[in-house]
Amino acid sequence: MELKTYTISVYSENNIGLLNRISAIFLKRHINLESFSTSESEIPDVFRFVIVVNIAPDKVHKIVQQIEKQIDVIKAYYHTDEETIFQENALYKIRSSYLFEERQIQNIIKSSHATIVTVSPEFFVIEKTGFREETEKLRQELAPYGLLQFVRSGRISVTKAKMGISEILNTFKK
Amino acid sequence: METKTKQEKLKATGSTLRISGAEAVIRCLLAEDANLIYGYPGGAIMPIYDEIYKFQDQLHHVLTRHEQGATHAAQGFARTSGKVGVALATSGPGATNLVTGIADAQIDSTPMVCITGQVASHLLGSDAFQETDIIGISTPVTKWNYQITKASEIPEIMAKAFYIARSGRPGPVLIDITKDAQFEMFDFTYNKCTGIRSYQPYPELINESLEEAVRLIGEAKKPFVVWGQGVILGQAEEEFKTFLETSGIPAAWTILGLSALPTGHPSNRGMVGMHGNYAPNLLTNECDLLIAIGMRFDDRVTGDLNTYAKQAKVIHLELDPAEVNKNVKADVTLLCDCKISLQALNDKISTKTYPEWIKRFDDLDVIEKEKVIYGDLNPTKPGLTMGESVEMINKHSNGDAVIVTDVGQHQMVACRYAKFTQSKSNVTSGGLGTMGFALPAAIGAKMGAPSREVVAIIGDGGYQMTIQELGTIFQQQVAVKIVILNNDFLGMVRQWQQLFFDKRYASTEMTNPDFVTIAKGYHIDAARVDKREDLDQAVANMMASDKPYFLEICVEKEDNVFPMIPTGASVSDIRLE
Ligand SMILES: Cc1ncc(C[n+]2csc(CCOP(=O)(O)OP(=O)(O)O)c2C)c(N)n1
Ligand SMILES: [Mg+2]
Repeated sequence: MELKTYTISVYSENNIGLLNRISAIFLKRHINLESFSTSESEIPDVFRFVIVVNIAPDKVHKIVQQIEKQIDVIKAYYHTDEETIFQENALYKIRSSYLFEERQIQNIIKSSHATIVTVSPEFFVIEKTGFREETEKLRQELAPYGLLQFVRSGRISVTKAKMGISEILNTFKK
Repeated sequence: METKTKQEKLKATGSTLRISGAEAVIRCLLAEDANLIYGYPGGAIMPIYDEIYKFQDQLHHVLTRHEQGATHAAQGFARTSGKVGVALATSGPGATNLVTGIADAQIDSTPMVCITGQVASHLLGSDAFQETDIIGISTPVTKWNYQITKASEIPEIMAKAFYIARSGRPGPVLIDITKDAQFEMFDFTYNKCTGIRSYQPYPELINESLEEAVRLIGEAKKPFVVWGQGVILGQAEEEFKTFLETSGIPAAWTILGLSALPTGHPSNRGMVGMHGNYAPNLLTNECDLLIAIGMRFDDRVTGDLNTYAKQAKVIHLELDPAEVNKNVKADVTLLCDCKISLQALNDKISTKTYPEWIKRFDDLDVIEKEKVIYGDLNPTKPGLTMGESVEMINKHSNGDAVIVTDVGQHQMVACRYAKFTQSKSNVTSGGLGTMGFALPAAIGAKMGAPSREVVAIIGDGGYQMTIQELGTIFQQQVAVKIVILNNDFLGMVRQWQQLFFDKRYASTEMTNPDFVTIAKGYHIDAARVDKREDLDQAVANMMASDKPYFLEICVEKEDNVFPMIPTGASVSDIRLE
């Protein structure tokens, strides 16, 4: 079956072992994660994992059921790219001398809408937020100048549809 | 985390007590009605053992001879009593020895709480003596686990542990407690857990699904029920029986569903799966409606999924949402506790009979009887068969015994032929197939149902994996009956070698010790039988004993278990020879 990109969003309690528990679900099924990020959510004391996987459509539902089954998971969802607003963040570290010697670099930064985060005598750091293709295009454009370091964050995303976590939590209170 | 709790009256005076974490653990166990526990001591759990000593008039601790034995005993206890089994171990090797039993309890949905000692919190991560990351190790095989580093966490976490282990789809929970938390003094109060906001034990029954199920049942011409352990775990035996008797639908069990319905009940059509009965396996692919109740379509049940019940509509009664549409797509799912779903169905269905459809079962049963069962139970060859041995146990137990089995040919034969009149009577390792399960599980099974006869039927291979538990049986005087069906082979593997590896018997033949002498070494009454004419008396003697008793039955070395569905084949390709 053809693979598709899914963003899995998990709302959970903040339990130390949960990260391990969730990644074990993928490990057990020999599934590679494209990215994994975790942060606080809109609700106090509720945490949110954003996991990106390339996976056959019939598998994603079963995986999400397994995640949701974990005691400390409040709710888990999966969405296609069309159903989410998502971004990644990338940092590019380049030798400072290029900034002044190579005119072209300044044009690249300008046209890619990247921002310069810091400049020191030795190096400068550019930041770009956007889709994978955009951060990737910038990486390729800068590569000929010698990237000292490159790093890209995991995907963060919000869904177009409502999540309804507060409703779930309110039902419990009753 | 947010939990709902219920204030429990403390047995001690006053509402709070200033006590150590270790004492708190014991008080939590008592508050959860867990006054029988299995375990093995060691450095990191000594403060708790010290409290076990002080509380010995209220709490019975059974020292097993290996921590694996403690888990299987706790499982056996849970399976016959319906309560949560408790196992205790020290850190490091004590904790890792629990893993097999925990994995077994996870896959067979057995409620169990394991408590492990851990090195002091300031040593965590330092590779201290007997430090092991048991939380990391046990994560994939526990329903929940948690490491306690402060005594004040103990009451809430223990309350959650029991609640999680027993509610919804039951399972094992592991609580790891650092040694400093066991020593630490704190103000103790205990509140039972009655809810956790991130955990819904089972969903609410959806009315539309119920109506749809009732409609499908009404329309079916050849309906068929396959039930699993869910019926037992949900204490839905009565509702289930009423459902079968009203609906007139023939039913077959998965290995863990066995004993939920008396084997002699007219609706019972035998076992499905790899070594199940002929009729229910074949007719799975002929029925027009398959009603799965509290079972999870394990591959040992379904064989090749692409050719499994494709012609049938499927109704799945299940409480774990993750099990629905996992292996077999259901047309209607009744996601709820099956006790509730079955009661709801019973209120709506009407009485029916399916004489022609039932006759299909009867006709196929005749074929299986001729080709397999008759030879198993009335053999003419000189050597004893496993089948006649089990039949002899039936004769003397009247089907009232709890039968505990290990893993292999004897397990399949015992499950095929054992007779049951009561629920919670079949204790076996189904999902994990853990050799070594039976002997310690029988200890727990007997302690969980002390008034019942418990017969463990074990292979000569698996017996030797946990044979040291004879020491526990002797010390505790657990009046279990231990039957070894000795074929001097790892029989089930040998059978596969014969059928699928051209009889290349790689490492399956065993030179066995004198089992009777070993049992006697533990001061357990013991006997051996190898002749047909002596079998009746030998089993009678065993059943007449009110003490632990060991019986070795020497059986044919190279018998095979049939019927058989080869791995990955269709249930339609079931072989009778
Ligand atoms: C711990 C463990 N190791 C290996 C196996 C694989 N296995 C399944 S059945 C079997 C043979 C069991 O032999 P025995 O206990 O003598 O029972 P028999 O089949 O002869 O009745 C083996 C090795 C297993 N199920 N469990
Ligand atoms: Mg054997």
